[in-house]
Amino acid sequence: MNTPGSPAVGMVCTGVRAEERMLAEAFAARNVELHVIDDRTIHGDLSSWPAGFPRVDAVLLRSKGHWRNVAIAHWLESLGAQPVNASRVLETCGDKVLTTLALLGAGVPTLSASIAFSQESGALAAEGVGYPLVVKPVIGSWGRLIGKVNDADALDLALDHKEALGGAPHSVTYLQRFVPTGGRDIRSFVVHDRCIAAIARTSAGWKTNTALGGKATGLTLDPELKRVSEAAAAAVGSGAVAVDVFETDEGYLVNEVNGTMEFRNSVATTGVDIPGFVADFVLEQFAQRAAVAR
Amino acid sequence: MSVAVATECPVCAGMVGVPGDAMMGELLDCDECGSELEVTQLTPAIEVREAPMSAEDWGE
Repeated sequence: MNTPGSPAVGMVCTGVRAEERMLAEAFAARNVELHVIDDRTIHGDLSSWPAGFPRVDAVLLRSKGHWRNVAIAHWLESLGAQPVNASRVLETCGDKVLTTLALLGAGVPTLSASIAFSQESGALAAEGVGYPLVVKPVIGSWGRLIGKVNDADALDLALDHKEALGGAPHSVTYLQRFVPTGGRDIRSFVVHDRCIAAIARTSAGWKTNTALGGKATGLTLDPELKRVSEAAAAAVGSGAVAVDVFETDEGYLVNEVNGTMEFRNSVATTGVDIPGFVADFVLEQFAQRAAVAR
Repeated sequence: MSVAVATECPVCAGMVGVPGDAMMGELLDCDECGSELEVTQLTPAIEVREAPMSAEDWGE
């Protein structure tokens, strides 16, 4: 293990995407020894430090897989490490039910959502939500398997497919109020309780995910957007997160919070060094722990 | 960025440009067939393989 002044950082990922490369460059610019750890190589007895995992001072978790991220986070935390993000953040953000409950519990403005556990109860829940609505998988991202449902017949089909084709994660149906946004939403970036940047995402369709072709443009932060974004981040446990926000007649409403945020389209468009903020956050976490230990 | 090198795409056998400063595990797209590839070896020669398909729980 390195000395406190010169930490070694482990970055766990599933292949090196643009984001991981940008983060590696940010750590290199800070003269940090970075170990890129492929999550497919990690293994070992849960009572000891993972094999295939160097003894680093700080860990940044960037696995693509929700379950891997959560498992590794809990494993490391049980051994005294404090990964970024923490297991609580990853668990909450990776599960839309937990995200909604966290937002509601903290009084953060969010879209109303219902859950159900069968086709019959799904139909009843939908009556409460009202049509059109959006059916989302509880686990998953990038706009996949998300459907706008306009009426009861379409819902019946969607729930039939989930029951027939879906695995265990589809045993919970998450129904969210559809909010017409004109094919635009906001993604804000919060690192260590501070909203540092935001983009607007626009699309010809109602899904704005950049993974599906949504276009990103830089957005000037206003105080209310900062407040809502930072409150959403705090609700899920702080850390480094991206908050998806809708602009509505009711004000800003938080749609989702992302615990393993992607930002490749947001650095040039905002002019904000997002990977640099994340790297600094990881190093600050280490410095605080080192100070406590001294 | 240092000079790129080319290697064969394991999917379409086309040539894939790999940045000279590529990292182990770096993900690349084949310009010819669009496959996502990952770097599995840097030395003595660059090697790539097809990257795994997205799993249901993958995301942000």
